[in-house]
Amino acid sequence: MSENNNISKSKLHGLWALTNRELKKWYKAPTVFILTLIQPVIWLGLLGNALNLGSLVSSSSLAIPPQVITDLQLSPAQITGLQALFSNMGDTILQGTFGTTSYISFMAVGMIAFTALFTTMFSGMSVVWDRRLGFLNKALSTPVSRAVIILSKVLSATLRSMFQASVILIIAVPLGFQFGAAFTPLSILGVFAFLFLICMGLSSMFIAINIRSTRIETPMAVMNLLNLPLTFASSAFFPIERMPEWLQAVATVNPLSYTMNGMRQLLINQTINYADLAIQYAYVGIFAAVLTTVGIVLSWRFLNK
Amino acid sequence: MSEDAIKAEGLTKVFNGSLVAVDHIDFSVKNGEIFGFLGPNGAGKTTTINMLITVLKPTEGKAAILGYDIAKQNNEVRYSIGVVPQEYTADEDLTGYENILLCADLYGISRKVSTKRAADLLALVELTAFKDKKVQTFSGGMRRRLELACGLINRPKVLFLDEPTLGLDVQTRAATWNYIKMLKKEFGMTLFMTTHYLEEADALCDRIAIIDHGKIIVVGTPTELKDSLGGDIITVAIKKDVDITELVEQIEHVKEVKKENGSYMIKSANGEVTAPLIIEALRKEGHVVTRLSLTKPTLNEVYLQYTGKSMRDAEESGDSLHAKRMMMARRRH
Repeated sequence: MSENNNISKSKLHGLWALTNRELKKWYKAPTVFILTLIQPVIWLGLLGNALNLGSLVSSSSLAIPPQVITDLQLSPAQITGLQALFSNMGDTILQGTFGTTSYISFMAVGMIAFTALFTTMFSGMSVVWDRRLGFLNKALSTPVSRAVIILSKVLSATLRSMFQASVILIIAVPLGFQFGAAFTPLSILGVFAFLFLICMGLSSMFIAINIRSTRIETPMAVMNLLNLPLTFASSAFFPIERMPEWLQAVATVNPLSYTMNGMRQLLINQTINYADLAIQYAYVGIFAAVLTTVGIVLSWRFLNK
Repeated sequence: MSEDAIKAEGLTKVFNGSLVAVDHIDFSVKNGEIFGFLGPNGAGKTTTINMLITVLKPTEGKAAILGYDIAKQNNEVRYSIGVVPQEYTADEDLTGYENILLCADLYGISRKVSTKRAADLLALVELTAFKDKKVQTFSGGMRRRLELACGLINRPKVLFLDEPTLGLDVQTRAATWNYIKMLKKEFGMTLFMTTHYLEEADALCDRIAIIDHGKIIVVGTPTELKDSLGGDIITVAIKKDVDITELVEQIEHVKEVKKENGSYMIKSANGEVTAPLIIEALRKEGHVVTRLSLTKPTLNEVYLQYTGKSMRDAEESGDSLHAKRMMMARRRH
């Protein structure tokens, strides 16, 4: 009765089917997808513009009071010089601190990584749902590899967040995003590589945390616990050097910081430091490799009850 | 290949080191047989199924399906079995057709074969007209049929059904019974099913095991089990008020006679044969039979005899309880 020649015995069979199942749920419900975009866009539009020192600190916002001019007996040339200094001050500070004169560009990269973090967090939740609704049991009774069940979740979260991150980047452009001088179309591929690695690592991490969980509250609590610390203790809003020391300690080991700094080099910086870029890729790459391995090993041991 | 489709020896599952869900059970299911697993809530039915379908690892003991060891050759087991779970596992956001193809992909069945099989199975469970509708819109009965189709996609030799008619209306239940009978008849499939419904077990199963507190209490054909209670009860009333106990006790097959409220309760292994004999014997002695009824013991009595009458509400894992609640909630819509 069985037709063995029509059956794939590949260890990876079912990977695309299971990944596609998750992706279909996602693109067939565009409302959820749009909702997940709102938060980063608001951050970007509000904070990105509010903290734009270039417009905050300018000759119009920092006019020299007439009292000062008369008291110091400034010559017209000195006044023009000072005004020029003031008008450049914001940009100079921005360039010095953030590596770009456009704060919104700096933050947009942070928001791209934030979107990746947020999307991958949901992969932990989908493991719990599958367990609760009995789908996991069903899949476990088929010859599909246990690792494939986990990998499909990782892969779908990765593809999803790569797409959503691209949308954020596209939305950022009309909001004032400026590409750096070092940007080439090839940089986009580099950015995707960063996103791919960080998403693999993060979603493996969230799945590993929730692999045994049967309560939907667990992934929610994990999300709440990790969401803001991971975002703020990274270079999403500020460069690490400007942080208080205790926060620096966390931010310097946070793989999200490496991702953001690497993507900033590729997207908004004027020059690329290739040595730094190599370190950034290596760090995020190792993070992804280690956590994906952990996820797969755990799936062999713990996916079954 | 061995003659037994399923063979369990000392199969045991202990949760968290202390909760013994299944306690050293031995049983075998012959090829082509419908085998029913009966028991109260928390008796260990689903745990046993989960071990047999390789989702749970046994703590102790072993079992083989078609000769494949469930622990050591779990991949071979998975290729040869189909599972129709208690819960509705089909993805609500996908269509019925997409769900079946997804199941096919989990077995690595090539698309060329799976599209053909999916079409056949949809026709079999009469869902062809709804195949492109999202499962969200399906009724409970339609979902159950879809689960059945998914469980058959790899043409299993052994099919596991966990409470296949739980919560279904009478029509759908009758249809499900027909599918189950057909699978046995047309494809020679071996079916292992758990159920709460005793009339279902009686109508479908070739053999039944009653399990309680993780142990198998009794195994046999429905008839054997019913006979084990001592047989049918014939109630007879006669016109005259004379004691006929001794007379009836002489009749062949009669096991026990009791006088109750003016009529006689007669226990017999084979009521249909005994009843005419009783009438004949009484007539010969000049008695006029005014009333006679024959009651066959049902599996209900068998079941209560073996498992006791107390209800079992406690000790259900949060997991399956939740899935059931979700199912109930969905059914209401």
